[in-house]
Amino acid sequence: MKPSRRSDPWWLLSPTLLLLFVFFVFPLGVLFKDSFYAWDLITPARYVGLANYRALSRSGELWHTFLTTLSLSTLIVIGSMVAGLALALLLDRPGRWIAFLRGAVFSAYVVSWVSVALLFLWMLDADAGIFAHLLRAIGVDSPNFLGDPRCAPWAVAGISIWKITGYALVLFLAGLQDVPPSVLEAAELDGASSRQRFLTVTWPLLRPTTLFVATTSLIASFQLFDVVRVVTQGGPVRSTTVFVYAIYEQLFLDLRVGRASAEAVVFFLVLLALTALNFAVFREKEAV
Amino acid sequence: MSRSPSIAWWRHGLLLLVALVWLFPYLWMGLTSLKPLAEIVVQPAALWPRHPTFAAYREVYDTLPLARYFLNTSLMAFGIAALQLLLALPAGYALAKLRFAGKRWAFGLVVATLLVPVQVRFVPVFALLAKLGLVNTLTGLILPFGVSALGTFLIRQALLNVPDAQIEAARVDGASELYIIYRLLTPLLRPTLVSLFLFSFVSHWNDYFWPLVLTTDDHARTLPLGIALLREQGTGVRWHLVMAGNVILSLPALAVFSLAQRHLLRAVSLRGFGG
Repeated sequence: MKPSRRSDPWWLLSPTLLLLFVFFVFPLGVLFKDSFYAWDLITPARYVGLANYRALSRSGELWHTFLTTLSLSTLIVIGSMVAGLALALLLDRPGRWIAFLRGAVFSAYVVSWVSVALLFLWMLDADAGIFAHLLRAIGVDSPNFLGDPRCAPWAVAGISIWKITGYALVLFLAGLQDVPPSVLEAAELDGASSRQRFLTVTWPLLRPTTLFVATTSLIASFQLFDVVRVVTQGGPVRSTTVFVYAIYEQLFLDLRVGRASAEAVVFFLVLLALTALNFAVFREKEAV
Repeated sequence: MSRSPSIAWWRHGLLLLVALVWLFPYLWMGLTSLKPLAEIVVQPAALWPRHPTFAAYREVYDTLPLARYFLNTSLMAFGIAALQLLLALPAGYALAKLRFAGKRWAFGLVVATLLVPVQVRFVPVFALLAKLGLVNTLTGLILPFGVSALGTFLIRQALLNVPDAQIEAARVDGASELYIIYRLLTPLLRPTLVSLFLFSFVSHWNDYFWPLVLTTDDHARTLPLGIALLREQGTGVRWHLVMAGNVILSLPALAVFSLAQRHLLRAVSLRGFGG
């Protein structure tokens, strides 16, 4: 449509564009610039070239953070998708009680990360926690879930899986609506077992949903922070130091704006790569 | 369809397991919050409190400025959700309905910002707000989230389905663009707007990251931050306090959830389409 006045589109867009410039475009530019400076927020900033990037990669911190984030995210994505799909198959039927269970699983996705983190901090407590008690009751020595660097990443992943399985569940349930019942019935008449019906009919039809849930949860998991901050503070021995926590630490605990910016730039590039993957997958979803 | 009884038993067992895994933590949170300290120390794993009491809530209420936190959190979440819709409507209208030079460029900018979450931007945004004296203020909590790229995008998509003739008829009747956007089109988009508003409200009510970065002062702090601090400030074994705080924090979100589950589900599937 032709605007009534030529200026109309621009003043309608102006508040949006203004905020996008101030809080997205401009900060991104500053972020790149700051990554070449050493600055502690107090004394004047000093140009240091690539020193921040070099320090991050030489100390191995960048690589460690990347691997920690990648392995935690992979665990979370796989765990929440397997659970979400299984629950979708189990709960895709009418009934009040079933609807209530669907709501219960999805509710964890709606309450705050802080709530979930505090709740599991208590349940996983090494002395008084209910998990430790249950294990002791059956005669197993309870590991120190959050204090042992071999356990802590698994605990953080488990908590996150509990929290976001509802997301996968909702999208898989929507995906199951697109599986035509007539095809499933025809397969059953042809003598296909329920396992064969799932493998040959349902699973191929769920493929676009699966790819979509995988990439979106992967991008979301890379931004994990709240649960790490509340439950482990990146420890023990940095075993749960993910990207956002590492950047946060550089800025607020070490007051190193340059280092934090350099790490945020790398984090941004990683997210861009993941998003490119997401777009490729999304195009495929459209095509199917 | 015929089902053998053993499959039915399997199914019931699995359903029970699901209920246990996703409901027990809430129950445990509630029960712990009703216990006196002595029971937590002596028998931390006992299911029911022997002498249930609301003392923990009393103590949390006495130690934390809860009313202040509630007010801050509500104002922030409401402010963000309302501002997002207010700005996304005219922007989405211009991008969906008006023809002008630079439209592709403007739309591209909106979509591109979907790629830059606050976790990437927070260092320079914090420095900027510090320069402007907006640390520890409600304005500083709200403004960086005033534009929702996703909301703008989804409102634009929804407006594409509204026939041009309807808008042209209103123009002939002398309606201004703002009247068309806020009075004529808004009711047509109601379901989308309600879902977007509720989803934004709940996610910012729950937000921990940005208030943590921006606030250091009890006057500006929000509820998730205050409750998490309860744990950090050396509660030791006093888990009944932490869980009482946790009930106070999660109950509003669960209440909104139970009243508006349909809208939140819709928002999640909309996000799905938003990519």
